[in-house]
Amino acid sequence: MLHLALFTIFGAVAVAGAVNLLVQRHPINSALSLIAVMASLSVEYLLLGAEFVAAVQVIVYAGAIMVLFVFVIMLLNAGEEELTRGSRVAILVGIPGVLIGAVLIAWTLVQHSGTGEVAIGALPGRPETIGWLLFHDFLLPFEVTSILVLIAIMGAVVLAGRPVPTSQQPRKEA
Amino acid sequence: MAQYFTGTDYLLSLPVVLLTLFALGILLIDLMLPKQLKWVNAVTAFAGVLFATAGVWRIQAVYAKGAGGYLGRFAFMQSMLVDRFAIYFFYLFLAGTALAILISVRYLEIENEHHGEFYALMLLSVVGMMCMAAGYDIVLIFIGLELMAISTYVLVGFLRRDRRSNEAALKYLLLGAFSSGIFAYGLSLFYGLTGSTNLRAIGNALQHQMMVRNGHADPVAVLALITTATGLLFKIAAVPFHQWAPDAYEGAPTSITGFMSVAVKAAAWAMLLRILVFGLYPLRSVYLPLIIFVSIATMTGANLAALTQNNLKRLLAYSSIAHVGYMLLGLVALASVDYTQPAFYDGFKGILLYLMVYTFMNLGAFAVITSLRNREVIGDEIDDIAGLYFRAPTEAIMMLIFLLSLAGIPPLAGFYGKYFIFLSLIESKHYVLASLAVLYAVFGLYYYMRIANSMLMREPLEKELLPLSWGMRAALGVTAVATVFIGIFPNWFIEAVNWSLGLTQATPIAGLMK
Amino acid sequence: MVPITTLHYLVVAAALFVLGVIGVLTRRNVVVVLMSIELILNAVNLNLVAFSRVWGLHGQIFSIFVITDAAAEAAVGLGILIAFFRNKETVNVDEVDLLKW
Repeated sequence: MLHLALFTIFGAVAVAGAVNLLVQRHPINSALSLIAVMASLSVEYLLLGAEFVAAVQVIVYAGAIMVLFVFVIMLLNAGEEELTRGSRVAILVGIPGVLIGAVLIAWTLVQHSGTGEVAIGALPGRPETIGWLLFHDFLLPFEVTSILVLIAIMGAVVLAGRPVPTSQQPRKEA
Repeated sequence: MAQYFTGTDYLLSLPVVLLTLFALGILLIDLMLPKQLKWVNAVTAFAGVLFATAGVWRIQAVYAKGAGGYLGRFAFMQSMLVDRFAIYFFYLFLAGTALAILISVRYLEIENEHHGEFYALMLLSVVGMMCMAAGYDIVLIFIGLELMAISTYVLVGFLRRDRRSNEAALKYLLLGAFSSGIFAYGLSLFYGLTGSTNLRAIGNALQHQMMVRNGHADPVAVLALITTATGLLFKIAAVPFHQWAPDAYEGAPTSITGFMSVAVKAAAWAMLLRILVFGLYPLRSVYLPLIIFVSIATMTGANLAALTQNNLKRLLAYSSIAHVGYMLLGLVALASVDYTQPAFYDGFKGILLYLMVYTFMNLGAFAVITSLRNREVIGDEIDDIAGLYFRAPTEAIMMLIFLLSLAGIPPLAGFYGKYFIFLSLIESKHYVLASLAVLYAVFGLYYYMRIANSMLMREPLEKELLPLSWGMRAALGVTAVATVFIGIFPNWFIEAVNWSLGLTQATPIAGLMK
Repeated sequence: MVPITTLHYLVVAAALFVLGVIGVLTRRNVVVVLMSIELILNAVNLNLVAFSRVWGLHGQIFSIFVITDAAAEAAVGLGILIAFFRNKETVNVDEVDLLKW
């Protein structure tokens, strides 16, 4: 019963937050609703017994990534987004199309039997086991991920850094 | 306690480790270099590629010998499989990268963006490519893909003061990240269906499920296949998932456009073949119609769009999409027959040979376009190449060779790529597709000849001679010689492709199925 | 009382996935498009963690890698956006118009 209640509440919050993200016109409101989505997803992870992933979700996603988003929104001072004719067409054509896709996905998933009941508790995701797997079965992906993070830092510095002023003539625009 | 990792694991990761070390070295050395000495970074990067090539050669000598040797070795708890297929692609990536480094040096000096990060990003993206080609675990493949993709986004946007470069990077990033998300969703469903992240285990479990269900695929498997294939087709830029390619190609620094059109594309193909042919082979009856549709759409859309382009980079972008269409036909042939049939090998061989030939001829064409860039002229419009013959005759002749080869004219390399693909189509009884492909190949001749016409027949807009740097000379020489050489002596290269598929061995294709 | 199965989690994930796709296709603000991509990656993670309840820990490990990748993508994406904004002063996708869209 507890499982049902918690799942329903936080699942609903997650989906409602996602809908709100799309409906809001101001990016800062969208960012706040994305934080709500991520926080409620981390509760869902706890229900599934993934303690470590839940913690990472809060620390990395809701913490680091969203701070970055909010920071950039503030920095660029992006205001409210107006609807143009193009975006109205996109909404009119896109939403029904994608909803059909959603029904198809849901139908496909329901067709697939063989998903067992999930008991709450008896958690399998102990951090030691995860650490052992990371440094054993997934050692190579783990090391490659460190390069990935290095690239991300380097890329952000290269692109966002202020270009050195040059004496070069302005280039001809094509 | 048992020893988990042995010397084999470390030897097999040697090229990856070397490339990473050289990339980090470039980042450190770059801090100390004054502005006039930035070419040292290019030399370091080139040395890194050479060392990595030596590493691959070492792996080949130890673990992938001829008769009696191994066809491949697993490393790092089966997350990596370095077989001949992977080694073949390693060489392709390294060749493409070395040539792209050669043509970058002068271009970056002119653009005044000569930073060490450029070369470091190139080397690290090759690390990602190697993980994609050798990955046997979807986690490693996904991380490799992202490593390659993210470094390419940054490289595309490297000309920070140029608005076209900014826009290209932004579009490429948005669509690339979107497609990666869809791809990851498909992979997560495959994990859920089979309970494993290992390609072989996924393939076996799917085979079993197909047998249980009397040859019908599970609907969730179909959904997973469609999302995964969408991601893969996005990465190779097949129509209707090609929108990013012309924009990214046009806005990127020209040497990076060349790099993207060969090495990045080859890596995407390696990943596509690994996943669709090695992992999801049991689902081939499901994806065959999808691939047929996409290949026809790709050839039609790209060839029609290429007709009206006036920007050389954009034109070559559409031409490279059209080439993807031809290569997809090879996939059609190999997926429509059992893996004991000749059409299977010929299709596979066709794709691999095509990628090798394409690396040289396309990078050669981009090298010529890169050389048109000088202080005042961006040099990527079709007018800029006008009268090239009067400004740099040797270069114009080389460009003509590349264009004829891209069009698939017989004595040149491009012909042999198409030859095996058409052969496999006929062997697998896709006569309509084969004739359609021949028709489009003839059609393609028109827009290649438009460039040649402008180059040879028109008066030059600028009279001055075109200076060529030593790096450019080397790159042009290598690509032109390779294009002609593969065309005249195709047997050696066909042998190399046969070797990479293990066709001389009792086991037909290295690592495929049980 | 309805027992909660893996399927329930998958449906929530599918909903998030579809909402993310809608966001990418319909919104004009680049920051919101990037957030919609994060939504898609979150759907992937929920899928992986839910399946990992059935199959063991590998799915959770995969989801940790996906989170790291999302962080890297967001950092580079926002970096490119800043470089773009500096030259063009807009954050709307359809004003990315120098190249034909």
